[in-house]
Amino acid sequence: MKTLLEVKNLSVEFKTEDGSVRPLDQASFQVEEGQTVCIVGESGSGKSVTSLAIMRLLEFENGKITDGQILFEGEDLATKSAEEMRKIRGSEMSIIFQEPMTALNPVFTIGQQLMEGLQLHQGFSKKEAWNRSCELLNLVGINDAQDRMKQYVHELSGGMRQRVMIAIGLSSNPKLLIADEPTTALDVTIEAQILNLLTELKDKINMSIILITHDMGVAAEMADYIVVMYAGKIVEQGTVYQLFDEPTHPYTKGLLQSIPSAEATTDERLYSIRGTIPSLNNLPTGCRFHPRCDFATDKCLTEVPPLVKENDRLVACWNINDVLEKSRGEKVEIL
Amino acid sequence: MLQFLIKRFGQSVILILIVTLITFFLINLAPGGPASMMRMDATAEERAALSERLGLNDPIPVRYGKWLGDAVQGDLGPSLSSGQPVMDRIVERFPHTLKLAFWTIIFSVIIGVVLGIISARNRNTWRDHTINFGSVIGLSIPSFWLAIMLILLFSVQLQWLPSAGTGEGFVGQFKSMIMPVIILSTATLPTIVRFTRSSMLEVVSQNYVRTARAKGMKEKTVIYSHALRNALIPVISIIGVLIPRLLSGTVIVESVFGWPGMGRLIVEAAQSRDYNLVMGVTVVATVLVIFSNFIVDIIYSKVDPRVKNIG
Ligand SMILES: Nc1ncnc2c1ncn2[C@@H]1O[C@H](COP(=O)(O)OP(=O)(O)OP(=O)(O)O)[C@@H](O)[C@H]1O
Ligand SMILES: [Mg+2]
Repeated sequence: MKTLLEVKNLSVEFKTEDGSVRPLDQASFQVEEGQTVCIVGESGSGKSVTSLAIMRLLEFENGKITDGQILFEGEDLATKSAEEMRKIRGSEMSIIFQEPMTALNPVFTIGQQLMEGLQLHQGFSKKEAWNRSCELLNLVGINDAQDRMKQYVHELSGGMRQRVMIAIGLSSNPKLLIADEPTTALDVTIEAQILNLLTELKDKINMSIILITHDMGVAAEMADYIVVMYAGKIVEQGTVYQLFDEPTHPYTKGLLQSIPSAEATTDERLYSIRGTIPSLNNLPTGCRFHPRCDFATDKCLTEVPPLVKENDRLVACWNINDVLEKSRGEKVEIL
Repeated sequence: MLQFLIKRFGQSVILILIVTLITFFLINLAPGGPASMMRMDATAEERAALSERLGLNDPIPVRYGKWLGDAVQGDLGPSLSSGQPVMDRIVERFPHTLKLAFWTIIFSVIIGVVLGIISARNRNTWRDHTINFGSVIGLSIPSFWLAIMLILLFSVQLQWLPSAGTGEGFVGQFKSMIMPVIILSTATLPTIVRFTRSSMLEVVSQNYVRTARAKGMKEKTVIYSHALRNALIPVISIIGVLIPRLLSGTVIVESVFGWPGMGRLIVEAAQSRDYNLVMGVTVVATVLVIFSNFIVDIIYSKVDPRVKNIG
């Protein structure tokens, strides 16, 4: 398999009123061709920031890439000029945003919003763009495409809007599609439809997907590879089998335990990791997870654990052995 | 559409009734009257006779009823000072005011939107600060003072522009309009600049603008197509609010520049206690405001697809 995207030591900073914060700190991971990589983590862990950084969209807001490389087919996006980057966005790589309700422009028709990218990047004529747009709408499961093309955003339901966003994302047959919680705002049946759609389309045009989610169930379903983030740092990453079979970081373990199981009875309390994610301008010293961690030792309070290869995957924890011992003990108990 | 028109018409009728009622009472309660504005040597009998002839001795509500009865039939009565029909005097003046108002709106919208965009795009830089400062100055300088200063500079000193009148020929007309339009714009342009600026700043942080960038749109397209279309929606609605402000501005500007429009007409009418003329101008001005707001609403419904199309 060929590597499509390699993120190396990527760091991002935001300028805010009370100084600058660093929502992404030295993140590294890879996306192979045709693979689906899921980035998981609680709200505020930096998943969206990572995706915006890869698309180089942060510089339009108050953010900046301060360190690291984003190698896309071997070329570093972090150092590309604004104009070079613009040509890549929406053609080689596209993104579906988290907020389907507000991500489309209210004063343009669906057709206008679909066609403009095709006309710009593919040099399509108006007519070609129209036909291709209708095809794309059909592809994402919108049947009355001709009519929908003429409609405005407020005439569409949330699920419809997200499908349109996906159609826009796919319009250029991108090599990489970043889907930032594409289904969070939608109800469960539509969620399933949209995820199926993504899988189907991925195979059809052999693209890679970075799927961002905080739902471990979705990750289990979709991912080839999983990257776990916590408070701006990658704490563990590995194949879906490795992570689900033997979560090695206490945070990953916590996330997996928080999945409601089908057999759980109603009076059984749902597991949740104690405490909450820290704010960026008040990060704990040492391992950022230590205040919430059952395995924390003195070392965790002062020293940042590096992301190293352990137990067949990359993990950043000082107490891997304790964690694994405990898990193995638990498993025996269950058996 | 029809339903909208009927509703609008009903609202307008009520509005006109209220405005005329208030104006009628105010002007009649003001001291003096047409009789006191006669020649200085008129005798008391002559004055009384005039009042009698004009029906000014009836109680105010009765007179309002009479006036309204005639007005509904399209008769605004004779001007008390000149005897000409009020309608004729207004028709003669109206186009001049319309011309000023029209060009002021065009000028303030174009320049205001451009400055607003520049201000927003260069937020918190010297450009933004300069434009903000200019807006505050424009809003706070009294227009009669500014008018006189401009006349002193451009008419008296430099002799570039005429100080009064509407001018002859295309160039003459254009030149004579420059100063009045600029003065009138000081009341409208700063508001449009500020609205465009804040609206633009709000819009560029919206998700759909990020989507446009994510699609690889050129920055020009992102700003002038995706963002601006949305940013202009509140700017359009503010124009409706600015029109009454603009019309009241014409009172001073037309007086200073000897512009033969309705603004000056109402001053003349009020000074000579020409009740009918005051009422007539009031009605026409009110209708003008209502009508321009109607136009604004139609434009609004065309630009914002979320509003039901009404035109
Ligand atoms: N423009 C910004 N300026 C300052 N801080 C920001 C900005 N955008 C995001 N952040 C902060 O960066 C951190 C990471 O945010 P991010 O949106 O990446 O979280 P996330 O993992 O996507 O969460 P969610 O699951 O809620 O989408 C958060 O603490 C957030 O408050
Ligand atoms: Mg997010």
